[in-house]
Amino acid sequence: MSTLKSIAKRVLGSIPVLIGVVLVIFLILRILPGNAILSIMGEHANEETVAMVSAELGLDKPWYVQFWVYITGLLTGDMGTSIKYHRPVAELIGTYFPVTIKLSVAAALFAWIVGIVCGVISAMGKDKLADRLGMGFSLLGVSVPVFMTAMVLQFALAFKLKWLPIQGVNDGLLSYVLPAVALGWNSAGSVARLTRSTLLEVMASDYIDTARAKGRSVSGAVVFHALRNAMVPVITVMAIQISSLLSGAVITETIFSLPGIGRLAVDAINSRDVPLLQGSVIFATVLVILGNLIADCLYSVLDPRIRKEV
Amino acid sequence: MALFKSKKASISEELASQIGESQTLGVQLRRMARKNKMAVASAVFLVLLVLAAICAPILTPYDAITGDPMQRLQAPSAAHLLGTDENGRDVLTRLLYGARISLAVGVIPTLVSMVIGVILGVAAGYAGGWVDYVIMRLADVMLAFPSLLLAMVIMYTLGGGVINIFLALSLIEWASVARVARSETISLKESEYIQAAQSIGVRPMRIIWRHILPNCLPALIVLFTLNVPSAILSESSLSFLGVGVQLPNSSWGLMVNLGRQFLYNAPWISLAPSAAIMLVVLGCNFLGDGLRDALDPHLNND
Repeated sequence: MSTLKSIAKRVLGSIPVLIGVVLVIFLILRILPGNAILSIMGEHANEETVAMVSAELGLDKPWYVQFWVYITGLLTGDMGTSIKYHRPVAELIGTYFPVTIKLSVAAALFAWIVGIVCGVISAMGKDKLADRLGMGFSLLGVSVPVFMTAMVLQFALAFKLKWLPIQGVNDGLLSYVLPAVALGWNSAGSVARLTRSTLLEVMASDYIDTARAKGRSVSGAVVFHALRNAMVPVITVMAIQISSLLSGAVITETIFSLPGIGRLAVDAINSRDVPLLQGSVIFATVLVILGNLIADCLYSVLDPRIRKEV
Repeated sequence: MALFKSKKASISEELASQIGESQTLGVQLRRMARKNKMAVASAVFLVLLVLAAICAPILTPYDAITGDPMQRLQAPSAAHLLGTDENGRDVLTRLLYGARISLAVGVIPTLVSMVIGVILGVAAGYAGGWVDYVIMRLADVMLAFPSLLLAMVIMYTLGGGVINIFLALSLIEWASVARVARSETISLKESEYIQAAQSIGVRPMRIIWRHILPNCLPALIVLFTLNVPSAILSESSLSFLGVGVQLPNSSWGLMVNLGRQFLYNAPWISLAPSAAIMLVVLGCNFLGDGLRDALDPHLNND
């Protein structure tokens, strides 16, 4: 019951953030210098057409009226109409976002599996060669720009060796291998570094000594006792990674020509399609907020202490 | 009475600042220098790079803007250590000049965002109540965005260009600084010497300036070394997508963007600036790790 209550509380708590997100995007696109209409129609549009198109798009009304119309529209799934494609933004997002989800999930799986394994190996062989290699791999991962990994992989494995498809999504899951590795390495580095440091901390605590005294081997103690407790902060970081994965997806999708939300946003910028830009950024941000919410709920289940605090 | 009060206050302040960590900053840095060779090597590398960017005209015989049409797309050689680009310009020369903007983007918006973030974070932590609520909800909203997408939207409205990148990144990065400054302020506010200072009537501004800010400094220095590389990566991503630095200016991200179409026949054009970004970010991370170990033991958990 208390778990349900704390989950409900967190869900309610994220509503003001959601409204704030829409408001911030709205204000940036409307109040900051630069006129959406002029950017759609070009600098030389005559006043009459500008007024007509403004009225058509509802841009002649004050911003708070537009905001109200937009946010009530969002509740019914209406995100406006794309200027470039003349189709509802929600429909476009619906066709593009499965690619981003597949890419992000694949990258997250790579990041978490490689990151946790790498962190555990480093922690168990602290200061030995395995530790140095593992941490070198992680530090390189958090330092290398996503576009560099993507281009090197594309150049070496797809162009030179022809092992994997060079771009597009026509080869099923194989198309996602290189983009996912390019996108996930960065997160793998963060996860590995954190897993190592929390695991080392947990391994120094009394109950691990108890488990060892009861005859568990070191690896048994890690797998059955330490890892579970070390995972709590790691899950927090994984949730934070959702946001950076979506940022990185913009770059990865551009390099590998994957038709996802990131490409849609870049496309919207290049074709000055404000409703589409607004919709895709808000949608991506909602995904991040949802991800954080799920992580919050997850670790209140994993760690009873957090559950009681709320 | 008033005289007595202020004297007492200054004694307590003196004591507090002697106990405070700011006094031992030099000692901590020297300890780091002894223990962590990679951090020192990274600091040296970064300083040399800044010098090289400033002295670029002396270091290279080539011009960054006009190239030699006879020397187009040359592979790396003794004459052109990193090859030439599609206009016959020396890639290493362009790298040195591009470093000016890339490094400036790392430092300037990070400093601006630190100032904004510290002011808002300390205000939120010290004042509490609705001030805290409003500022921190705003920070929550800023942190909810995937930062690159938010930066793209801001750059879309402002238009490309170096100054606008400064603005966009400052607008985005303050939130994480505010969170750190707030939590430091709240934990310091509970400490006895600050409560003592409050009870003898020291004004809030003075407490913040003399006691809270100096004690936030180690955490803020560590944060600075972490935010500089993330600003450099953000700039390069924006320029890579074409919404950042615009020609005739040049940054490493823009070089990658323009060189990408030659990836298959002249990979050095885009890979050299990518590697430069990686090295700088790696250097900042090594330095940041070293500083964190030395200055801020309770931040050790990443």
